[in-house]
Amino acid sequence: MQKKENIRNFSIIAHIDHGKSTLADRLLELTETVSKRDMTEQLLDNMDLERERGITIKAHAVKLDYKAKDGNTYELNLIDTPGHVDFNYEVSRSLAACEGAVLIIDASQGVEAQTLANTYLALDHDLELVPVINKIDLPAADPDRVANEVEEVIGLPCDEAPRVSAKTGENIEQVLESIVSLVPPPVNNDDKPLRALVFDSVYDSYKGVIVYVRIMDGKIKPGDTMRMMATGAEFTVVEVGYMRPNSMEPQKELTSGEVGYITASIKTVSDARVGDTVTTAENPASEALAGYRKVNPMVFCGVYPADGADYENLREALEKLQLNDAALSFEPETSGALGFGFRCGFLGLLHLEIIQERLEREYNLDLVTTIPSVIYKVHLTNGDVIEIDNPSHYPDPATIDYCEEPTVDAHIYAPPEYIGAIMNLCQDRRGVYVNTTHLASDRVDLHYILPLNEIIYDFFDVLKSRTRGYASFDYEMSNYQRSSIIKLDVLLNGDIIDALSFMIHSEKAYAKARRIAEKLKDNIPRQMFEIPIQMAIGGKVIARETVKAMRKDVLAKCYGGDITRKKKLLEKQKEGKKRMRHFGTVEVPQEAFMAVLKLDDE
Amino acid sequence: MKNIGLYLHIPFCKSKCPYCDFYSFSGKSTQKDDYTRVLKERILSSTFTLQSSYSCKADTLYIGGGTPSVLGEKNLASLVNACNSGFLTDDAEITVECNPHGLDEDFFKILSECGVNRISLGLQSAVDSERRILGRLSDRIQVENAVKTAQKVGFSNITLDVMLGVPNQTEKSLKETLDFCISLDVPHISAYILKLEENTHFYKMKHKYNFPDDDLTADLYLQMCEELENHGIMQYEISNFAKTGAQSRHNLKYWHCEEYLGLGPSAHSFLRGKRFYFDRDFQSFMNGDSPIQDGLGGDFSEYAMLNLRLAEGLNEDKVINRFGHSIPDEIYEKSKIFIDNGYMQKTDNGLSLTRKGFLISNTILSEIL
Repeated sequence: MQKKENIRNFSIIAHIDHGKSTLADRLLELTETVSKRDMTEQLLDNMDLERERGITIKAHAVKLDYKAKDGNTYELNLIDTPGHVDFNYEVSRSLAACEGAVLIIDASQGVEAQTLANTYLALDHDLELVPVINKIDLPAADPDRVANEVEEVIGLPCDEAPRVSAKTGENIEQVLESIVSLVPPPVNNDDKPLRALVFDSVYDSYKGVIVYVRIMDGKIKPGDTMRMMATGAEFTVVEVGYMRPNSMEPQKELTSGEVGYITASIKTVSDARVGDTVTTAENPASEALAGYRKVNPMVFCGVYPADGADYENLREALEKLQLNDAALSFEPETSGALGFGFRCGFLGLLHLEIIQERLEREYNLDLVTTIPSVIYKVHLTNGDVIEIDNPSHYPDPATIDYCEEPTVDAHIYAPPEYIGAIMNLCQDRRGVYVNTTHLASDRVDLHYILPLNEIIYDFFDVLKSRTRGYASFDYEMSNYQRSSIIKLDVLLNGDIIDALSFMIHSEKAYAKARRIAEKLKDNIPRQMFEIPIQMAIGGKVIARETVKAMRKDVLAKCYGGDITRKKKLLEKQKEGKKRMRHFGTVEVPQEAFMAVLKLDDE
Repeated sequence: MKNIGLYLHIPFCKSKCPYCDFYSFSGKSTQKDDYTRVLKERILSSTFTLQSSYSCKADTLYIGGGTPSVLGEKNLASLVNACNSGFLTDDAEITVECNPHGLDEDFFKILSECGVNRISLGLQSAVDSERRILGRLSDRIQVENAVKTAQKVGFSNITLDVMLGVPNQTEKSLKETLDFCISLDVPHISAYILKLEENTHFYKMKHKYNFPDDDLTADLYLQMCEELENHGIMQYEISNFAKTGAQSRHNLKYWHCEEYLGLGPSAHSFLRGKRFYFDRDFQSFMNGDSPIQDGLGGDFSEYAMLNLRLAEGLNEDKVINRFGHSIPDEIYEKSKIFIDNGYMQKTDNGLSLTRKGFLISNTILSEIL
């Protein structure tokens, strides 16, 4: 089999904070792909949000030219991967585009949850692993111990593993040498019909969608008619080329083994979905590459503009974000409580937070979001099964036979002294224990089946705090399981406030209901009339509080003749009223909604 | 000839009370004399201009502060005389605010001789432990003496300031204060619910004090209204109570949205449809700086806001007389819910707030106006 000997395609995988982006920066610097002068920290993460959170959200790719010690110059294609479980599918597509992966392990922390999860993912794709022990500059670094751990836990020989500091640049060249020697070159399949794997796509307002591909078989050049095998959509190729960190470098053609981009005046990223196969209409491949699936949102919530006048702006913002994010779904929704807004679907909670933050930051919108929900399957007594991600679609309880909720297969990695704390937490979250694996003397893997709705909100934060940050967590979707899910309603003055309804396991309903009622009581200002707050399942009230009628709201003093001051105070009060949400005669400030939504943060 | 109100602000106090955010400071005695001189000049020039260009006089003069009495009776008399030189009407109500501390017969005599006919004394509370928290320098006996001395000299029109919502205040302690006022047989009481103003000691240290909560404060207010009315001291404004004929004519000008001229740092004026005020800056006033324009005043919503503070409320005839239209239907419609629930009432010829309504007047006003 003929190979393209001078090409190496690789990813970098690591647990969060083990230094993936910093290492990538050093590689770019060393290969002089970027001059030191142009270096901003973590160049591959070019969204502000990514740099701030220190995580990679979108996958990126870049081509490096490296003159190795053997005298040859190699084309190294670095395909960066997102580093969060919400984006597991994207990670898997990036890996499928490579022959090898650099596995970074922190020299003080050792093997962590995502180290393992990503390793398994890489092995699933038959990638050659290049272990690299990073952060040897840290005082707590213990590369020998960590090398041992990697051999023990992963079974990956580490004698030759480069020991580097991406921060100081120490030994980085060894990483490049290892890539050249360990990662196999791609096979030359130039004469087969085109099959290119889409591992990412981004929307550019000038060029339309830029499709990032790995050419598995065949060739593609401008003028070809490209066809997306999953959707059948066809486009005329305008440009192909290589990605450089700060530019795109057009080429005459891309051939098998290469990584590059295609533009073809494609209007939205949903026409070039991650994982799809590009072929040509002239000479189509008979079979698409394996592994494509349409990414489905897992977590849903209502997103409303705090100021109703911003509804159209919110729609435009969501449309723009969707151009670049095929996993984001939204459709209009109306709430009695919050007015006009959108029901949005996300891959997970991080995805939700990112979108929310981008809407607020990049589009300057003030938002109210409702309690996130997963998709429940409701089996009706007439035999129908309906899927519900929105509590307001919950059917009449009398028509329900039973409900099912999605679960995840979760692995929690931590030092053994935290087993108790973790088990308590998982029990609390209705987890079903599977087993414990001792990975190393100071590391265990607790395997649980957990309901998805118990982990979408704050599970990871609580886990971190109960294990002083030592635990890490990874999950993948498992099956649906029968569960006693009910809908909990909030009533103010006898009226259901739809935006506050949510679905919850019946065992947890009482405690939660009491806390929400208290929270609302504290956050709803006293008004002219007494306001009963009731928490109800079906018609049955399970918790109740009362906001007493307002007794005092008066400016006693006349401030001498300073009438303007009084007028201003009244104006301010009127303004305050405008920002309230009105339900019949009850006024609820935005803060009350936020307080209920953030209930779990305490 | 129309009659306006005249207000003089005396920005001096012996010491600052922990709840007060009015403009005042202790001031040296030379400053007080200088201020009296400058204020006098200002009175003379302003009243001269007003008489000639606006052909008006004043039928009320109110000297407030701060603590006007710290200027001393001679300075006060010379200020009153300056106003009186042709500008005040013969029957003018002339009020001076006093701190009961150290007032003797001579003080009241001199005020009485120059035409002062109404004395306002800051009692706040007759319970000495409460008085101390409020930073009052005198005890209750001294207030009693001051009132009696003033009465002896011939002042019958005396008003006492009472405060509600004072730290540690209870229904019992309020009753003690009210009994004290009633026993002194004064015809007028102003009772203010304490409001924590930013930049005051109370505001900064609020967690250190045991302030009555809103419910108790509201109860205290209702208790007070009832108690005073049982003794013929009737509520005529949110915070003001008087026997028949003893209402403050000066303050009624504010609430009736009538004209007044205020002189002194931080003093506000409403003249010829315009509001303006002197900066809260002593030196600026001493330098003769012009007042700061504060926009137009006297529109219907302002008029309604002020009149609804009064027990008599908003009166159709007066509204028609002043604005040429009746009270807008919209206001009646928006008031309906408040009327149905006992916060407002329809009067013979208009609308007014009930006592329960007074307590939440901000909410009502911001809703109906």
